[in-house]
Amino acid sequence: MTGTFVGMPAFPSAARKALSNETLRGNLRYATHTIRAKRAGAVSELDDWAALREAGREIKDQALRHLDRYLLQMEEAVTAAGGVVHWAADADEANRIVTGLVKATGESDVVKVKSMATQEIGLNEALEAEGIHAYETDLAELIVQLGKDRPSHILVPAIHRNRGEIRDIFTREMSEWGRPAPEGLSDTPAQLAEAARLHLREKFLRAKVGISGANFMVAETGTLVVFESEGNGRMCLTLPETLISVVGIEKLVPTWRDMEVFLQTLPRSSTAERMNPYTSMWTGTRDDDGPRTFHLVLLDNGRTDTLADRVGRQALRCIRCSACLNVCPVYERAGGHAYGSVYPGPIGAILSPQLRGTASEIDASLPYASSLCGACYEVCPVAIDIPEVLVHLRERVVEGGPVVRQGAKVTLRPARGHAAERAAMRAARWAFSHPGALRAGQRLASGARRLTPRTLPGPGRAWTATRDLPALPPEPFREWWRRTRQQEAGRPAPADRGEDQQ
Amino acid sequence: MRVALFLTCVNDTLYPDTGRAVVKLLTRLGVEVDFPMAQTCCGQAHYNTGYRHEAEPLARQFSDVFRDYEAIVVPSGSCAAMVRELYPRLGERARAEGRGDALAEQLAPVVPKTYELTEFLVDVLGVTDVGAYYPHTVTYHPTCHGLRSLRLGDRPRQLLSAVRGLELVELPGAEECCGFGGTFAVKNSDVSAAMGADKVRNAASTGADVLCAADNSCLMHIGGTMARLGTSARPARAVHIAEILASTEEEALA
Ligand code: SF4
Repeated sequence: MTGTFVGMPAFPSAARKALSNETLRGNLRYATHTIRAKRAGAVSELDDWAALREAGREIKDQALRHLDRYLLQMEEAVTAAGGVVHWAADADEANRIVTGLVKATGESDVVKVKSMATQEIGLNEALEAEGIHAYETDLAELIVQLGKDRPSHILVPAIHRNRGEIRDIFTREMSEWGRPAPEGLSDTPAQLAEAARLHLREKFLRAKVGISGANFMVAETGTLVVFESEGNGRMCLTLPETLISVVGIEKLVPTWRDMEVFLQTLPRSSTAERMNPYTSMWTGTRDDDGPRTFHLVLLDNGRTDTLADRVGRQALRCIRCSACLNVCPVYERAGGHAYGSVYPGPIGAILSPQLRGTASEIDASLPYASSLCGACYEVCPVAIDIPEVLVHLRERVVEGGPVVRQGAKVTLRPARGHAAERAAMRAARWAFSHPGALRAGQRLASGARRLTPRTLPGPGRAWTATRDLPALPPEPFREWWRRTRQQEAGRPAPADRGEDQQ
Repeated sequence: MRVALFLTCVNDTLYPDTGRAVVKLLTRLGVEVDFPMAQTCCGQAHYNTGYRHEAEPLARQFSDVFRDYEAIVVPSGSCAAMVRELYPRLGERARAEGRGDALAEQLAPVVPKTYELTEFLVDVLGVTDVGAYYPHTVTYHPTCHGLRSLRLGDRPRQLLSAVRGLELVELPGAEECCGFGGTFAVKNSDVSAAMGADKVRNAASTGADVLCAADNSCLMHIGGTMARLGTSARPARAVHIAEILASTEEEALA
């Protein structure tokens, strides 16, 4: 029942809508600024932060470089521990596998936790189509699901909602899906949490099938790792008889020891905690504890293609801490939905157009959803140079070029709608390559400066709608330089020499 | 010292006062300044909008024009960052595309010699008191490329603090982007305008007369927003740091 992101409009128009919603802007501003300040404090406690960041980057790069080998190692280790590994090339295949596995259990209800990968592939909708109800158990996911909404943040999917809105959603919707909200529910955090706890407990105790994601997979031991704050994940991971984990292949790290780094950097970057309240790790099955059957679905869905791109592949290092969202001035104002994907914010702006390609309007607009201020790169605990990838993807949008799609090399044509811009860029480049032409243009503009309108036509209107234009000076600098040097030297300026050498 | 001024295409065309201020300031500090007339644009707008192949000839031209100077001074954090941070990347990308080392080699000479103005004053000339006089309350906005690409740190603040008559007040949310971002200001104009409005609101809360920065592109956006909000708005002006540092008791600017 969660809404999907299919057919989203381009980023600027989606952002415009969000900007006009004062409640949303207030909620977002308050939440991001609070987490932002706390994160800075938690990070500054560690004097080896820079070294940890570098180590995190290296571990992930090493894993990605030999991903084929580590994935096979992972499969072997999981199998040896009593689990079953499935490989899914795309969303359809993953949905088919999971739906088949659930159907084989004969159950029609599943509990879910911590899985952006399943949202990426639209698993809930696929299950629903087969008569299987999937219940989200993460508190924020529950709010999103009950509200028939879409997630808008990596870590706090309901960040766009305030307490009053959440109370209304609980009161209105909970009874449809199980235990109703208590009478006279208030909007205090304690009461809201209690209502969710009671509602969810029934689901946990009844569910025979759990579906999860994972923050990490350790190739060496075949272990999966989930970081969480509420303990609901642990319920999902231990109570059901069957556990199905759907995990993107880039979540792999080579060794158990590698977790040492991420156990420090992930909680501090995401929730500003020294350590997150629950870290669950599971390896295959055991006779006397936990699920009796364990399936791991390894999801590609565009990741191998992304790995083929020299500049863009660093996006796969992401550990989904959401620090980049919380510092991003664009995310703060546009809101998470404008990014048209389960991955919003700066990381979404570089991940979605790589995983999905740049063919749709929204995906072609995402690389431009940034002022390139660089705040995201600065906070990223695995040092993903998001601005670099944004510019790289802009190039792909306007110039096309070679990419890998479903394993095959293809040459993209430039996206439509950039013809006028391309012509303007070429013309500007031509003028800048001919200083004489630039000078003539400047003189012309200075001569006509009294005619400069207050509002511009065409794309310039976007500027003058909210900002005045600077007044054109009577004389560009180079005219002044030439004139004054000429006077000083009492002779013709040497300036014309070499001015048009190209 | 043979120093070249790279003024940038935006300053040359729209903000010649900034250029005159840099010349006045450096001359006062005993630096001989040249303005090579064949200079135009570093190619940043092309590069950042995705037209890397249009930026390359401009980078080559920049390198040819400036390669023989001892230092190249740029009164713009973002254009200095283009040369220092992104020219090497242009070379790397050309290499990765099988075009050899030619571009990297052609661009390399100018990269380490290019300095943003405040960096040049503090690091190369070793001065923080440039003998300026500016009797106003000023708040400083550290632009993103100056802050995060060039890591200018507190150099601009050191320079401003030494200006006689100037009262420096802290800008709340100083490190947040003003929302200019080159073509971003037009392509995502609504978000850009919202960011600009917040920057102006924060600046107004300081009660300063003047907002100053080391990049006229950002100032064009911030100043344009201020102007639209009306003449009673404070700060009343957005001024490039060079113009403040060039100002003296005998010859006060603005
Ligand atoms: S890109 Fe970096 S900062 Fe953003 S979510 Fe991923 S790991 Fe965190």
